[in-house]
Amino acid sequence: MNELLFMNGYGVFVLSAFGFSMLSLISLYLVIKIQFVKEQNKFIAKFGSLNTEKANSAKLQRINKEILADAINN
Amino acid sequence: MFKFFEPNKIFKITSRAPKYVLFLFIIVLSIGLVEALILSPEDYKQSHAVRIMYVHVPSAWISLGIFSSITFLSISGFVFKNKNFFLISKSLAPSGFVFNIIALVTGAIWGKPTWGTWWAWDARITSMLILALFYAMYLISWRIYEDKEKVFKITTFITILGIINVPIIKYSVDWWNTLHQPASINILSKSSIHSSMLFPLMLMTAAFALFSLLIFLMKYNTELIKIKNRGLDRL
Repeated sequence: MNELLFMNGYGVFVLSAFGFSMLSLISLYLVIKIQFVKEQNKFIAKFGSLNTEKANSAKLQRINKEILADAINN
Repeated sequence: MFKFFEPNKIFKITSRAPKYVLFLFIIVLSIGLVEALILSPEDYKQSHAVRIMYVHVPSAWISLGIFSSITFLSISGFVFKNKNFFLISKSLAPSGFVFNIIALVTGAIWGKPTWGTWWAWDARITSMLILALFYAMYLISWRIYEDKEKVFKITTFITILGIINVPIIKYSVDWWNTLHQPASINILSKSSIHSSMLFPLMLMTAAFALFSLLIFLMKYNTELIKIKNRGLDRL
């Protein structure tokens, strides 16, 4: 275990490079996920505020139904 | 042909795909990390420091590949008057930028034990920094400009200017005397890297490519919902 972390004295460089990379990927994933959920919630709120006539008109578009279905599944 | 790829038609696929891509990414990344950090051999000269290559090189490849794709899609968007191409370009950029930053930072970390310095104004390193600046300009343009036609023109102009830098990055190690080593992997000729190191390198490249696909899909879906939100406002 010590050998795995120490790596002949290069451990600090190797692990910090891998650590930085993984942290960057996790951060980007979270930022994009938060943006997605925010827009999805905005869509649901807007859709909910539509009157029946407008809601029916919006439902004619397949993508709107898909967004709502996706939000419910998540 | 482009009608097949219309957002309305492909949302069903793009909205379901991320969870499968995430699952596949975690599997490939886990195997890649075990290979890169434990199973792959150390280098006879650089010892264990060579392991930084498994995150540095794939990041650089992916960032270059994404920038080239963005340029191609932006120009195609202009030629074919297809706004979806711009939407795809915009969704690709965040992961390309982050991989560019990873390549620069891990390169600096690798530079310290091998060259004795964190940074040098070397042709390869400087041209990669310039690419990061083009990525930043591209992403900022999408945030600044409201007018769609204007942002399409400006972002395409940025990518055309930026793509000139891509062959400079690729051939900088051949054209100038640089600290950075020449390419060890060539598609057209025999690679100078041993298969025991090539395998983890390819695994990590596949993992990073899957991650880019995941981020692209999530960002693309977000952009589509944004458009639909504006559509609901107009009802």
